[in-house]
Amino acid sequence: MLGILPQQLVFGLALGAVYGLIALGYTMVYGVLLMINFAHGELFTIGAYVGWGVLAWLINTQLGGLHPAWVLPLLLLMAMSASGLLGMALERFAYRPLYLRGATRLGPLISAVGASIFLQNAIMLTQGARMKVYMTNLLFPRSWTVQVGGVRISALVLVMISVAMLLMWGLHLLVQRTTLGRCMRAVAEDREVAAVMGVNVRRVISLTFLLGSALGGAAGVLVGLYYTQIDFFMGYSAGLKAFTAAVLGGIGNIRGAMLGGLLLGVIESLAVTFLNPAYRDVVAFVVLILVLVFRPTGLLGESVPHANKV
Amino acid sequence: MLELKGVAASYGPIEVLRQVSLQVQRGEIVCLLGGNAAGKSTTLKTILGMLRPTSGSVALEGERIERLPTEDIVARGIALVPESRRIFARMTVWENLTMGAYSRRAAPVEEFTQDLARVYALFPRLEERAGQHGGTLSGGEQQMLAIGRALMARPRLLLMDEPSMGLAPILVEQVFDIIQAINRQGTTILVVEQNAAVALSIAHRGYVMQDGQIVMQGAASSLLDEDHIRRAYLGED
Repeated sequence: MLGILPQQLVFGLALGAVYGLIALGYTMVYGVLLMINFAHGELFTIGAYVGWGVLAWLINTQLGGLHPAWVLPLLLLMAMSASGLLGMALERFAYRPLYLRGATRLGPLISAVGASIFLQNAIMLTQGARMKVYMTNLLFPRSWTVQVGGVRISALVLVMISVAMLLMWGLHLLVQRTTLGRCMRAVAEDREVAAVMGVNVRRVISLTFLLGSALGGAAGVLVGLYYTQIDFFMGYSAGLKAFTAAVLGGIGNIRGAMLGGLLLGVIESLAVTFLNPAYRDVVAFVVLILVLVFRPTGLLGESVPHANKV
Repeated sequence: MLELKGVAASYGPIEVLRQVSLQVQRGEIVCLLGGNAAGKSTTLKTILGMLRPTSGSVALEGERIERLPTEDIVARGIALVPESRRIFARMTVWENLTMGAYSRRAAPVEEFTQDLARVYALFPRLEERAGQHGGTLSGGEQQMLAIGRALMARPRLLLMDEPSMGLAPILVEQVFDIIQAINRQGTTILVVEQNAAVALSIAHRGYVMQDGQIVMQGAASSLLDEDHIRRAYLGED
């Protein structure tokens, strides 16, 4: 059993990096709006479907020479655009009318649950309830493996980890170093004062949805490629896991979401190694409960200083 | 420069401003005095478009601004030092100052550098702490940061909401010296205060508010002489 441990750890990292990507969407939206976007899991699903559609189309055109070096960026770009724009539209039409009218925090939250159910059913009705299959082996043949210190790792897993890490690093730079990032942090900390600085708060919130949702879409493609099967319901459990990761890291904290995702992925993978694999989901939610009981602000979370916010 | 005419405003069904009219001339320091819940902060919020007046007008240099979104009003040259400072605690001092300059992001970088140098000259402590998070500063330093942040917008009109609140007397004196210095450098200032004695000592003119209305106005020196003011705000019998 210990023999497969290194391999399980690498899988855990890959899974965790994907959880982290999805968790970023939850945590960024929570940061600026103090709401959980329960429809985020569906944006992830839509990313997976768009990636699947583009890949299937490429295969049908029989171009030949489907090299991941250009196919993967294309899949990611299309999925991220679709999920990002849809996330923006959700904010604009399902949440903004509620938070602008000063509804309670519960208003947008319930709207998000509704949007989640709506999107899930829309995907099922348009794409069918049966699963779709990613032709991953045309892109990443099984024979592509890398030997690292006696452990055989598939190229796909390494690509997953690198893509996820690259996107997280890019987001980190954007948030820490750019004007938009500063505006996002300012809005998260004190929306009213940010507006007094001249920040167009609605626009910043909208762009936050765009970014967070796009990362969810990218995660959809990675998960699709890895598990090769996608269905309209996949966003439900992935969304809950990623939400757990966001809470574990400290909801609202961007670095926390990344850390929480990685930790949860590794914990889950270890659980599968040492316990009955049927306990996989149990472990994730036990972690959620433990965090909520013993450290509700999460690992990197601070108590949220929003008391004086209007 | 700034003129409010018959401004009324409400929070839901509660009317908080009634027929507020006031003027600030270019180059002046004007103070707005009054006790708790007199409507002073609400007046500032209305000027900044954070609260829409139900009637009346707000004009900056003759242009009506009461229907503009906050970010557009700020872009026209009004900056705020908010009540209880409200600096961005999780951002560095430098980042806070950068946010202050956000409304001037289209201006050349040299102007940003100049403004930063000016703020650092006024508050050398901020330069020493440029990389520190705002939340780690002391109360007085946070007030300096809040003022510096507002100055980074190169405001024509600076609104200050209770700059003396929560500061030790020695710091209050310092802050008001700085307000005078900023005014001498050409910025018009409207300052809201409960501490009438200090505010009137530096202001040219003052207004007194009560229950959402202006109940008295005049030159700072004459307001200082009013028995009513002395009793109500200076704690004298």
